[in-house]
Amino acid sequence: MAKAVDIKNISVVFGTSKQKQAAKELLDSDLTAAEIREKTGATVAVRNLDFSIKEGELFVIVGLSGSGKSSFIRTLNLLNKPIRGQIFVGDEELTAFDAKKLRQYRQNDVSMVFQNFALLTHRSVIGNVEYPLEVQGVGEKKRRETAMEAIKLVGLDGWEEHMTFQLSGGMKQRVGLARALTNDPELLLMDEPYSALDPLIRRDMQDQLLKLEDEMDRTILFITHDMNEAFRLGDRIALMKDAEIVQIGTPDEFFDKPANDYVKNFIADVDKTRILKVRSIMEKPTYVAKKGDGVKETLQKVKENDMGFCYVTDEKRKFLGYVRLEQLQRSKGKTIDRLINEDDTVIYRNAYLREAWSKLSEAEYDLPVVDGKGRLRGILNYDVVVDALAAQ
Amino acid sequence: MTILKNFFVEFPERLIYDPEARIARFIDWAGDTFAFLWGAIRQFLLRFADITHAFLDFVPWSVFVVVLFIAGWRLTSWKMGLLLAVLTFAIGMFGYWDNMLLSLTIILAGVIISVILGLPLGIIMSKSEKLEAVMRVVLDTMQTLPAYAYLIPALMFFGFGRAAGLVAVIIFALPPLIRLTYLGITNISDEMIEAGLSFGSSPMQMLFKIELPQALKSIAAGINQTTMMAVSMIVLAAMIGAEGAGRQGVALILYRAVVGQRAAEAVVAGFVLVFMAIILDRLIQGFTERFDKGGE
Repeated sequence: MAKAVDIKNISVVFGTSKQKQAAKELLDSDLTAAEIREKTGATVAVRNLDFSIKEGELFVIVGLSGSGKSSFIRTLNLLNKPIRGQIFVGDEELTAFDAKKLRQYRQNDVSMVFQNFALLTHRSVIGNVEYPLEVQGVGEKKRRETAMEAIKLVGLDGWEEHMTFQLSGGMKQRVGLARALTNDPELLLMDEPYSALDPLIRRDMQDQLLKLEDEMDRTILFITHDMNEAFRLGDRIALMKDAEIVQIGTPDEFFDKPANDYVKNFIADVDKTRILKVRSIMEKPTYVAKKGDGVKETLQKVKENDMGFCYVTDEKRKFLGYVRLEQLQRSKGKTIDRLINEDDTVIYRNAYLREAWSKLSEAEYDLPVVDGKGRLRGILNYDVVVDALAAQ
Repeated sequence: MTILKNFFVEFPERLIYDPEARIARFIDWAGDTFAFLWGAIRQFLLRFADITHAFLDFVPWSVFVVVLFIAGWRLTSWKMGLLLAVLTFAIGMFGYWDNMLLSLTIILAGVIISVILGLPLGIIMSKSEKLEAVMRVVLDTMQTLPAYAYLIPALMFFGFGRAAGLVAVIIFALPPLIRLTYLGITNISDEMIEAGLSFGSSPMQMLFKIELPQALKSIAAGINQTTMMAVSMIVLAAMIGAEGAGRQGVALILYRAVVGQRAAEAVVAGFVLVFMAIILDRLIQGFTERFDKGGE
């Protein structure tokens, strides 16, 4: 479901067509965005961005206002047309879509949450939430059902018949989020969704997003100007300044190797242990066996990868336990099912490092990391955690 | 020296360019060439006015009073309902019921046709920058011209009578509706438009599900202004026979009373016209406030 996004040399320029053409010629020059503006009159909002967002990733772009982050996020549903470059969502080239394909893409594959909510004030809560389905031409009954599900998901049931002006800011943005979820998008774009909310509510909303994200399977691009928010949420973060990316990486990498003084300054106020989450430093397990797998092939894989044991999940990736190498060697059974050692020492992937630390220091081996549904998402290595905490 | 003085101080006679003959020729030409068009428009307007009048005439006065009472009550308060009912009743008591209907016909028909023309024009204007630039000049001109000026084109092509009167009313009353429809649509926040687009709305869905509903308040204000303009134009329009040949509406009575210096008659007719204006204004205000409550 979730799709990867490839951004290839994307630039966005604002101005008259003449100015834009002149500025386009200068994009590869050494001139800064400000100098190009002086020379041509055109504003370079996004300049030569080139990176990928992995499928299922929660990717955050952070930067001060005017850094180009909002202009960039709007290229991913072509509200802004890039002056050059390509964007791929999954295998499809977004930048090559004609009007009809673009409409289909916007209807089915992508949706957006806006900074100032952008709710339709002439419609009720449910009227807003079902809007994306209405546009698709979904029948009224189905539409209501799906919209109600989304409303329940964001915790607004009971409010569906209210008009939007009756809601508080936080509730309005919940409606915005519910509306963005009804078309079940593969790519969710969030443009500073919590910037207009006060800090307490913002924190609630962040927690809710992490919880929802945990249960969904979709790629999220999140824009913010708040570094704490970026680190709290992001699997990876890109820091933008003057239309370009200064640094891109996991939160841990930002602390480890800040690219320059600008980045250092930007992260100076961030308390790492409160911000760094397990998910941002967990690793991919080398090999995971599935319940029902044969003993022989499992043994072979474990040996191949030079492991002492391997984790076992069911076919939905739900974590079950582990089997040890010796068990596999001794076993005469056909499948590994009876060898599984059940284990409930797991770490929730949205836990902060501080919370994970005590569990990890008691365990003798790497700990499995699971999501809210108990699915195995990675492993947490003792040494990596020590490194991450020590680096501060 | 004297030649120069003569030339630059007094306007030289040989530079006077007499436009009247040319304009007369142009009017004749346009009248003849598009005769079928003027004829068709004339027929349509007359039919429209006839149907409107027939409808108004068909409704008994008592129903009128009751309907206005209920409307005022429902939209605002029972006090408002009472006010509307009393004003309507007073018009009847003054002996002006039938004359009032003749004037109301032109106002109503004018407003309805204005809405039919003005809404699409306002929408198109909001969609095309080029048309917007042209329309802006036209609308500015229309709104600065004295009201009398509207009688001329109407008379030119439609002759004396109800069709010409309606045309004058429509031309006079149309600009605010076009302008406010345009403003209503262009004033919608960028984010709201982006929201509509980001979910893949087609241009028609954008128009009917987002732009028009959002502009409704502004459009309602436009209809209100258009109605008030129509009311204020009715006296002038009556001069060219807007209320029908051989028939006397309130407006014509008022006009003749003023010209003939019959003060008492002018006062009564004036009051009837003011009552009509109040009733229409309150009704439309009531509707507009309804939108406000539902929309904000």
